[in-house]
Amino acid sequence: MLKQVNWVYSDTLKDHFMNPRNILETDDTSGFDGVGMEGNLACGDQMMVAITVNAEKEVITDCKWKTYGCASAIASTSVLSEMVKGMTLEAAFDLSPKDVTAELGGLPENKIHCSVLGDKALRAAINNYFERNNMPERVRKEKAKIVCQCMNVTDHEIEDAVLEGARSYAELQEHTKIGTVCGQCRFESEALLEKYIHLHFTE
Amino acid sequence: MSTEKPETVYLDHNATTPLHPAVKQEMTEAMELFGNPSSMHGFGREARANVEHARKTVASFIGADSANLMFTGSGSEANNTVLSIFSCSGDSCSTGSGRTGEKGETNNRKTIITTRIEHPCVLETSRCLAGQGTPVKYLDVDRYGKINMDQLSELLTDDVGLVSIMMANNEIGTLQDISEAARLVHEHGALLHTDAVQAVGKIPVDVDDLGVDFLSMSAHKIYGPKGVGALYVRPGTPFCPFVRGGHQEQGRRAGTENTLGILGMARAVQMRSEEMEDELHRIRALREQLVRGIESSIDDVVFNGHPEDYIPHTVNVSFPGAEGESILLYLDMAGIAVSTGSACASGSLDPSHVLLATGTDAERAHGSIRISMGRDTTEEQIGYLLEVLPPVIRKIRGMSTAYIGGNTYAQTG
Repeated sequence: MLKQVNWVYSDTLKDHFMNPRNILETDDTSGFDGVGMEGNLACGDQMMVAITVNAEKEVITDCKWKTYGCASAIASTSVLSEMVKGMTLEAAFDLSPKDVTAELGGLPENKIHCSVLGDKALRAAINNYFERNNMPERVRKEKAKIVCQCMNVTDHEIEDAVLEGARSYAELQEHTKIGTVCGQCRFESEALLEKYIHLHFTE
Repeated sequence: MSTEKPETVYLDHNATTPLHPAVKQEMTEAMELFGNPSSMHGFGREARANVEHARKTVASFIGADSANLMFTGSGSEANNTVLSIFSCSGDSCSTGSGRTGEKGETNNRKTIITTRIEHPCVLETSRCLAGQGTPVKYLDVDRYGKINMDQLSELLTDDVGLVSIMMANNEIGTLQDISEAARLVHEHGALLHTDAVQAVGKIPVDVDDLGVDFLSMSAHKIYGPKGVGALYVRPGTPFCPFVRGGHQEQGRRAGTENTLGILGMARAVQMRSEEMEDELHRIRALREQLVRGIESSIDDVVFNGHPEDYIPHTVNVSFPGAEGESILLYLDMAGIAVSTGSACASGSLDPSHVLLATGTDAERAHGSIRISMGRDTTEEQIGYLLEVLPPVIRKIRGMSTAYIGGNTYAQTG
């Protein structure tokens, strides 16, 4: 009989879950240079990231956070907050969920979607910093592109569906209702499906 | 506050239970019993005698005649079996069993009514059957998880063959008034099935008092082995085997009997009949201790389920601002096992369908945990949980975007 008592999570994740770093202890974010929040409570996770920036060097000097979510959500925000300290704003903006997951020592596939909000919230905080400091031209908003005109489905929604487990066109349709009317977008949405699966789930 | 980890504390009895020591002993001895109950020789006869003795024990525990009790591979199989009887047209069936009962009058009644808070083995099966053309109607529940008898009356049209209502809910413990439902259902010429997996062995259950036509139960929820359940079938009701091709269980379920499991189940039932009543008093007291302890040590808690009609073993509570999987895993680190209605722990994206059906918002459902007690639960264990839980909730709320300054919520994005 196997005496398997391992967690489904890595030791690093477990450590960050048990001892989260850089939690924002107060509810006051006024002392920070940029604040971003992503996700929502109904979906089960929400993350808020607050950064302090050395304006001259454009380097993140401090990063605090709050997270409502599961163990992977908490641990991924914690690990992210350590990763970004000392990073330039540009480098931090380009951090991907994959970078965070790798730092965590991997995540079960069905938990990847819990960890993608941290870097989103970080980008929102960086944009917020640029907005506050009169640099609107530096704000990098990810504009959603409508892929399916009939059902008004965007490329962001396709990405979210992939993170939530969609792997085939049929599953994508189940998640988004994409291409269920005229079907003209099928070629493009299948290409995006491939792209996001590759982006998030291929080593 | 001492947070030293004592032994492990198992508070997930609605998921499954440890074997009763008497069951373990019975099954160890029963391992020698290898004969096929269908064989005519001595080995077979010995196995048959034991299986039939077990059948009597289990049947009498729910007030049934042993001729009307069949063993199944699980509670889920029992539920699947009942639902499948009513989706079968029987017209083109060449097995000779069809779904015509002795009364034979339910042939045109194909519609199934069930509730929104059933176990997935009923809901998934209902969805599957609906996809194949069986009409399925759903009963709503109120904020406490109770069905409404007026709605049941409305839904009971002439085409309804079966109504399936779980007796005690596995997640929130709410009890339905099965005998009242049975009366209504029979008035309209339909039959009533109850999934009593979470009720049998916790509170008294009698098929005649309830007036049910079908009743499902499971061994592993009552300190018996996994992989064995039972289905009560009232005489004269239509039946069609779910597993076909054998004469076992009076032709109702093919497959050589799981003698080991069946004997274990019977011993589990016997132990229930000896221990259940005293245990019920004890569990009621533990529930008081648990509920009061949570209320007095943690702010902003919401108890889910019915305030009076419940299985006392089950306490379901939401901690707004805290997410359930985190609560579960922090408790797990302290050696305490509970379950959660959060989506994150289930592998799906939706939180508990039961809590959502009661009108609980998604956030409160994500922040729910279920504490289910059993025969081995002690006052000390509940005391330990009450010591560990408040700091866990404080810790999680302290880092949560959803819990600010006591009882307000952050703006949702």
